[in-house]
Amino acid sequence: MAKQEQKKTLLQIAEESSLRKPEEKLVYEIGDTVNVHLRILEGDKERIQIFSGVVIATRGSGTRESFIVRRIVAGEGVERMFPVNSPKISKLEVVRHGKVRRAKLFYLRDRIGKAVRLVERRPKAEMAARAAKLKAAKPS
Amino acid sequence: MALGILGRKVGMTQVYDETGNLIPVTVVEAGPCTVLQVRTKAKDGYEAVQLGFADKPRRLAPRSELGHVSAIEGVRAKKRSESGVATLPKADCEPQRFVRELPKEEGDAAYEVGQKVTVDAFAEVKAVDVIGMIKGRGFSGVMKQHGFHGLCASHGVKRHHRAAGSIASHSTERGRSGKIKKGKKMSGRWGNERVTIRNLRVIRVDKETNSLLVCGAIPGPNGGYVIVRKTNKKVGINGVVVVQATKAKKGKK
Repeated sequence: MAKQEQKKTLLQIAEESSLRKPEEKLVYEIGDTVNVHLRILEGDKERIQIFSGVVIATRGSGTRESFIVRRIVAGEGVERMFPVNSPKISKLEVVRHGKVRRAKLFYLRDRIGKAVRLVERRPKAEMAARAAKLKAAKPS
Repeated sequence: MALGILGRKVGMTQVYDETGNLIPVTVVEAGPCTVLQVRTKAKDGYEAVQLGFADKPRRLAPRSELGHVSAIEGVRAKKRSESGVATLPKADCEPQRFVRELPKEEGDAAYEVGQKVTVDAFAEVKAVDVIGMIKGRGFSGVMKQHGFHGLCASHGVKRHHRAAGSIASHSTERGRSGKIKKGKKMSGRWGNERVTIRNLRVIRVDKETNSLLVCGAIPGPNGGYVIVRKTNKKVGINGVVVVQATKAKKGKK
């Protein structure tokens, strides 16, 4: 056994098979607007249902790790908690990154209407390119 | 011996089954155990197998324990061997922290002293019973121990909020026998006793790490020693018959 494996406790070993493989890991951050693709069983048929909203919190570790997605449906806030390692989540798409300054966005619950929106965070490289473009366009 | 093994409760977690449902499990580090002694009808009056689990340092073991698991040299041993007294077979292992006897049943495989019992033996087992010592709670009231609701917080109740209330009426129990019904739930010492949880589903048997994943909770604190045996219950969880009766029992049906 490798050195790393020796450090693992029996609990961690037991959980291992229930965790996502590194290549299947869900990649998201707090404040991201995401589409969660869920496998729904109807009779013996399987279909995909999409739940989209903003990731407002993550909690736990190991098999108990989960995240909360909040969305507004017909003017009513709906939150749904997903276990990160659930095999029922087939895919997770990040639609946009929100600019946030904290780990739990529970303050969104108190907001109504347009205030719910988060400012979009753009990757640094994109921002730099945009700044350079503007600079070039401006006659100095 | 009904199939059994000694182990240690590691802790609880959750795992997914093949359909994607989350199952609460307790991880038990089960074995490997060493057979320390075999009790026979002829010699001891009953059939049983004595198992030992978890080595302990020799310095912590009294001489009697050392002599039980391995042959020790000494004046007495020397004298006995000189006079031709045969020594009992020894497991020849380190002294064990947790030693228990498990009753042997008819039709069980023969066990030899020194033989190892590993978690492999549970590979085909669907459900188990787990025996352990539950956590000691000390002197507990009826609300904590039995889930009584206590009395009112107000409405004139004074200094009597967590009490059990009436324990019997004069017209029924007390009036007839002059005594309170036996087994009446009252406050008192709770915990620190041997408890058997029967018919727990086996989720996984891991030979590499000697671990056994059992659905649900088992008695005792994390790190506490437990006995795991094949369940003696015929009907499984939710009334589903767990097919694991021995061949002899199948014939009777």
